[in-house]
Amino acid sequence: MNTFAGSIRSRGVTRRDFMKFASVMTAALALPVRYTGRIARALASAARPTVIWLEFQDCAGDSESFLRSSHPTAGQAVLDLIDLAYHETIMAPAGAAAEKNLRDAMERARGKYIVIVEGSIPTAAGGAYCTIGGRSAVQILEEVASGAAALIAVGTCASFGGLPAAAPNPTGAMGVRDLVKNKPVLNLPGCSVNGVNLAATITHYLTFSELPATDQLGRPLFAYGQRIHDTCPRRSHFDAGRFVKEWGDAGHRQGWCLYQMGCKGPKAMHNCAAVGWNDGTSWPIEAGHPCIACTEPGFWDGSTPFYRWMGESLLPTPHRPARPQGSLGIGLGAGAAAAAAAAGTAVLIRQRKAGAARPDSGAGDPGSEGE
Amino acid sequence: MARLVIDPVTRIEGHLRIEAQVANGHVREAWASGTMFRGLELILQGRDPRDAWLFTQRICNVCTMVHALASVRAVEDALGVKPPPLAVLIRNLITAFQYVQDHVVHFYHLHALDWVDITSALKADPADAAALAGSISDWPENSAQQFKDVQDKLKAFVASGMLGIYANGYWGHPAYKLPPAANLMAVAHYLQALDWQKEVIKAHAVLGGKNPLLQTFLVGGMAIPVDPSSPWALNADRLALLRSLAAKGKEFVEKVYIPDLLAVASFYKDWAGLGEGTKNFLTCGELPLDPSGDPRSFAFPSGVILDRNLSSVQPFRQEKVTEQVARSWYHYTAGEARAFHPWEGETIPRYSGPKPPYEHLDVESKYSWLKAPRYDGHPMEVGPLARVLVAYASGTKRIKELVDLVLTKLDAPPAALFSTLGRTAARGIETLYMAELIPTLLDQLTAAMKSGDTKTHAGRMWDPSEWPKEARGAGFHEAPRGALGHWVLIEDGKISRYQCVVPTTWNASPRDWAGTPGPYEAALAGTPVADEAKPIEILRTIHSFDPCIACAVHVLDARGTPVSVVEAV
Ligand code: SF4
Repeated sequence: MNTFAGSIRSRGVTRRDFMKFASVMTAALALPVRYTGRIARALASAARPTVIWLEFQDCAGDSESFLRSSHPTAGQAVLDLIDLAYHETIMAPAGAAAEKNLRDAMERARGKYIVIVEGSIPTAAGGAYCTIGGRSAVQILEEVASGAAALIAVGTCASFGGLPAAAPNPTGAMGVRDLVKNKPVLNLPGCSVNGVNLAATITHYLTFSELPATDQLGRPLFAYGQRIHDTCPRRSHFDAGRFVKEWGDAGHRQGWCLYQMGCKGPKAMHNCAAVGWNDGTSWPIEAGHPCIACTEPGFWDGSTPFYRWMGESLLPTPHRPARPQGSLGIGLGAGAAAAAAAAGTAVLIRQRKAGAARPDSGAGDPGSEGE
Repeated sequence: MARLVIDPVTRIEGHLRIEAQVANGHVREAWASGTMFRGLELILQGRDPRDAWLFTQRICNVCTMVHALASVRAVEDALGVKPPPLAVLIRNLITAFQYVQDHVVHFYHLHALDWVDITSALKADPADAAALAGSISDWPENSAQQFKDVQDKLKAFVASGMLGIYANGYWGHPAYKLPPAANLMAVAHYLQALDWQKEVIKAHAVLGGKNPLLQTFLVGGMAIPVDPSSPWALNADRLALLRSLAAKGKEFVEKVYIPDLLAVASFYKDWAGLGEGTKNFLTCGELPLDPSGDPRSFAFPSGVILDRNLSSVQPFRQEKVTEQVARSWYHYTAGEARAFHPWEGETIPRYSGPKPPYEHLDVESKYSWLKAPRYDGHPMEVGPLARVLVAYASGTKRIKELVDLVLTKLDAPPAALFSTLGRTAARGIETLYMAELIPTLLDQLTAAMKSGDTKTHAGRMWDPSEWPKEARGAGFHEAPRGALGHWVLIEDGKISRYQCVVPTTWNASPRDWAGTPGPYEAALAGTPVADEAKPIEILRTIHSFDPCIACAVHVLDARGTPVSVVEAV
């Protein structure tokens, strides 16, 4: 009973639940609805892949995101979808017994296992800024990566160094890609990663036997192919020049644009508006706080001061539509071109109702091979 | 004799190492070491104090709002600005939901497997489990069929041969005492709690955009707008959603968590005599029931108890907090035997431990990235037990009722609270207290909204041009794991110094220059260890404190002290 469908049957979970999961994943991956069947078949037959989750200079925020995930739930993921062999925050054994889990998994699935890394890796002081079981983070990462099929960096710290790497980077903190050169490394930045995107990445891997297409920063296009600003429900207010001026003012209460309060949405590539957080319950801009562009390299130094606006130059001429996307002149990832193509026309369908599919945006469609 | 080492200590937040000298089946002496350091002290220097909460929030994200709240309070204290009542109400709600979700997750997902043997659950008769569960609760998800489904699921999982995070647990250890039916019931609730927690914490998404890492705090108020009739604000619809989440939270705590806690505890009463710790307790107080923020209205009163003396609760004075580094990997230029208040201290990391990979730390010298906080020179325990004891001794009515109820059910004297089991029971008591309080907090919010109040931010002091040239402040918060303090100095609109003394630094403190152990270290002395290869007893006591080590290694001192070159490695 090694497969998702098999174990789901034994737990009395209905086929309907299963299809719901597949369709949510299809939507999160920004794939056309017609992929749902293929994803469902792949999930139903795939053996659980061995996953090793390493935590270094982390705050457990990405682990917590994983625990908040709904499709699949963390329980389904751990029992049905993957073979999560090592995860310090939730694993039963400790000390030497925990380290045995790691060694056993590396042996059992050598060359095939996936490594998820949370937190940055400190390289200064001979590794003394983070040790586990007496070994430094660098030593552990090198050894575990050597037998991996691929690595997934979750959160901005593991992707780009994140908070510990903010100036003056006291511990020489680095992201996974800075250290692991000979294996595929996918970046899922965000502070923290959205659990939906992690689940979708794993689903993609199980369905297509490869990691999803990415931008130059290693971020999957399905989740990082569009700019927050271009998919933001407050965008019409930006275009019309209606801005929040003070916290709690009438504009703030009516959902006007947060640009002048410091919003960094114009330089953030992410799918918050499309998938929302906590099952689509809300997301920061919807809840009235500016975007802080947490998915971008150099997030901490590049986005601060958080409450200082990005300046007049980005403002549209009052009462006229926004300028063409390409002329914003902000550092954009390689997904920008694709994002620009979809910009403005992107229809926002939130997954408030589980199972809602997102229309084919074109931006993140990895499946040149259709069904 | 070689010391026993547990590293990594799992089912906690962060990187903790325990070394213990074991003789004749008991721990004689123990050492707790935090093995990760990030150095936020230098990172925060020179930044906008209004941004500080977003930085400090990332110290730890198991309880994801605590450093955000302490930070905005510290800056508000420095600038002399008060959040309006509506903002206080929203902060209270965020805090209360955090307690309920976080403590349940701790009990089931971080602590339960110290008491619950999953492999024994495979042998249970689901009908027995249903009978047991039915005798302690009317929770509807307790049918024999539901327990059988869980058991079948587990059997299939085990048959797959890939046991994942459950492989190599200390299963079958003689210290496990629950009968198979109780184990099966607990495992089923472990899975139910996993689904429940992600639902109930949607309250944080409603109030703060997302969880983890709510994005809604502001110096001077909150960013979530309030307007009963706007779809872009906290409105009547969202309030109804909060009410249903509150009900869901309370029902699970009443019908699952508390009955399970009492049932499990009744098999482990010997743990009411183990794991005491330092005998000193500290709380800074939390949850102003008066929306003006008046500390006299705190749901959890502040106070200090020394040497178990419940008849004398002393007032908490932040000036009495100091930190030492004699056994920590830091350097004090004025000398190792010094102790500094957070506004005075310094942070110069200087690693002098063994070069990784290593077998043992040099516990006779410096051995941790945690400093040693002391209150009036004493090591202090913080957290649920400290809060419950201070409230109990201060006469907080509902806490007193709940403590007495639990002691009666377990047929235990009040002294039983000073223990591993007491700590775990106190966490349950205050979870129920918070879950019962949330509807009242929602009533307050509803009343404020009905009155037409939409003011979520003070307005004044947002613009740095209004700020004094120099200012200093302190902000406190009772996090689920205990008393948390942030201290900030602002010069010319920028942070010139920032320091946190956090719950786990108190609890996981290393020895100080006088050699006095911290609470973990003290609590482990005398702990039985039946099998050194499977030190489950040590985990029980450590987990009863609910460690958060990423929090603990955060002394934020932004005076600009350079990080010294580490020569030792
Ligand atoms: S500036 Fe921010 S709030 Fe305004 S439209 Fe862009 S992303 Fe949305």
